[in-house]
Amino acid sequence: MEAFTKHTGRAVPLRRSNVDTDQIIPAHWLKKVTRDGFEDGLFEAWRKDPEFVLNRPERAGATVLVAGPDFGTGSSREHAVWALQNYGFKTVISSRFADIFRGNSLKNGLLTVVLDQKTVDALWELVEKDPQAEITVDLEAREVRAEGVTASFELDENSRWRLLNGLDDISITLRNEDEIAAYEAGRPSFKPQTLQV
Amino acid sequence: MGRTLAEKVWDDHVVRRAEGEPDLLFIDLHLLHEVTSPQAFDGLRKSGRPVRRLDLTIATEDHNTPTLDIDKPIADPVSRAQLETLRKNCAEFGVRLHPLGDVEQGVVHVVGPQLGLTQPGTTVVCGDSHTSTHGAFGALAFGIGTSQVEHVLATQTLPMARPKTMAITVNGELPDGVTAKDLILAIIAKIGTGGGQGYILEYRGEAVEKLSMEARMTICNMSIEAGARAGMIAPDETTFAYLKGRPHAPEGADWDAAVAYWKTLRTDDDAEFDAEVVIEAAELAPFVTWGTNPGQGAPLSAAVPDPASYEDASERFAAEKALEYMGLEAGQPLRSIKVDTVFVGSCTNGRIEDLRAAAEIVRDRKVADGVRMLVVPGSARVGLQAVSEGLDVVFKEAGAEWRHAGCSMCLGMNPDQLAPGERSASTSNRNFEGRQGKGGRTHLVSPQVAAATAVLGHLASPADLSAADVPTPAGV
Repeated sequence: MEAFTKHTGRAVPLRRSNVDTDQIIPAHWLKKVTRDGFEDGLFEAWRKDPEFVLNRPERAGATVLVAGPDFGTGSSREHAVWALQNYGFKTVISSRFADIFRGNSLKNGLLTVVLDQKTVDALWELVEKDPQAEITVDLEAREVRAEGVTASFELDENSRWRLLNGLDDISITLRNEDEIAAYEAGRPSFKPQTLQV
Repeated sequence: MGRTLAEKVWDDHVVRRAEGEPDLLFIDLHLLHEVTSPQAFDGLRKSGRPVRRLDLTIATEDHNTPTLDIDKPIADPVSRAQLETLRKNCAEFGVRLHPLGDVEQGVVHVVGPQLGLTQPGTTVVCGDSHTSTHGAFGALAFGIGTSQVEHVLATQTLPMARPKTMAITVNGELPDGVTAKDLILAIIAKIGTGGGQGYILEYRGEAVEKLSMEARMTICNMSIEAGARAGMIAPDETTFAYLKGRPHAPEGADWDAAVAYWKTLRTDDDAEFDAEVVIEAAELAPFVTWGTNPGQGAPLSAAVPDPASYEDASERFAAEKALEYMGLEAGQPLRSIKVDTVFVGSCTNGRIEDLRAAAEIVRDRKVADGVRMLVVPGSARVGLQAVSEGLDVVFKEAGAEWRHAGCSMCLGMNPDQLAPGERSASTSNRNFEGRQGKGGRTHLVSPQVAAATAVLGHLASPADLSAADVPTPAGV
């Protein structure tokens, strides 16, 4: 996983609530067997509309997505995170994220930042008025900064440590190999098995 | 203080607990399918790691599989490549796979329970959000992303922070004609698509206890549509009777030991939930969605709501967008909405009881002119059972299409899709924009409402059908 410490970039204001993962990346894109090449599928249906915010020339190269509440609801597809990253987003700000999407994002180094809706509103107003306005998301300081906005955000210490260091979950877990083996040895015999080994 | 069902199952699976770290949970059963696993197997290959517990892992093919001509090569080369990738990965790593054409193939959440692999007090994961289905057995079951799929393959564990718990108590009995699907749609409309966020839901109360296992699966299946991490129902005699004798259910002394343990899996009387919602079953009626998220639903007897009636600005805007997308007018009676397609199937409502219920309604009736009705069993076994009961004939005589098992039109990854602007009544779980095909419009309904809608051509419940809809047999 790529480490995330601090990022500064221009933003895309997405004034929609309940943006589900079928909107972020439609199902027909899920047939790919790689983690890349999903950028053209991002918000595919909405991008057919030339007025859709992502299509506006002034939003080209933006790296911060500021979204409405309940972003990422629906399916568990990690492809939604990959599509956002493939397109160039480094971080997503919203007042509420769906649980699975949030978990997936943090495992891929896409920092999802929860701010209250009032602050999200302020960021929307700022970047709509001035598309060149930059937003800084500082994970070390747990702070979002933009002109007229300074807001701290919460992230559990463990997730933050893994993101700051770009650590791979599996190798962390396998450090506890002994404990896994001990647990396995104590499992009752009535637990289901898919095959005899 | 006592513990809730979710807390008991959670505690029994903690491999490691340390200050400042998420709990490391052991996973009893890992279900795989073709869509969310390829990148996980790639990860294993790159790091030279094996699958740690092949005996707790099983794969099937469901999302991409065609429901017609399954003996021929799959026409879509991209779908074919994805299925071939799963076959190659399972062969290379030694994972048990039920491919298309196999008698145990089907939607992953139908296959696990019917094999008896889904058991009370187990932890079940799958790279699919509807893994919540398995919670119907008192299992702690949740959907995971591909990075977590790789993590479970490599370690048979997952680091997770324990969610909060929410009781959803359904008092009284469901009125006649009201199904588990109506109940869960009403629950989601009440608490919202974000209402369950951060929680494990426990469905309880008289109405829930009286439900069959299949109906309980319908309820738990849609927990994720309320934003919840998982949904659970305490195991009881109904659960044990369902499991007894299934291929992977315990036997002999193991069965006795298992049942003794399973009986402890109930929320203690003095346990406290972090939140509680109470529903009166008597107030429920057949329920359908009108919008583009599963929380945008109303009783069938109601009208399409007026967005102006929402106080919350973002809900109002969402309702406006939804009506625009769905091509509906505020105030229009829901019963007046005409459909082009009816889909009966999916991990929500593709089991045998669902097919029986739908067949009973279309028996000796005809699907309305201009309406296409697709019946897709949730698994090959469900399909065989339906055929042995003659249900396929009932559907075909009514003018419906009888298909092979798979996810099919629930998400349109295979050729079963809505055309732009087409409208469906669907027994599946998501009415998102474009979910069933680009530009398609979805109304979520129960199998009973789906069948009545197919006969009348507009959203309807079985109560709307009169004896007059039964055609007079020829020669009488």
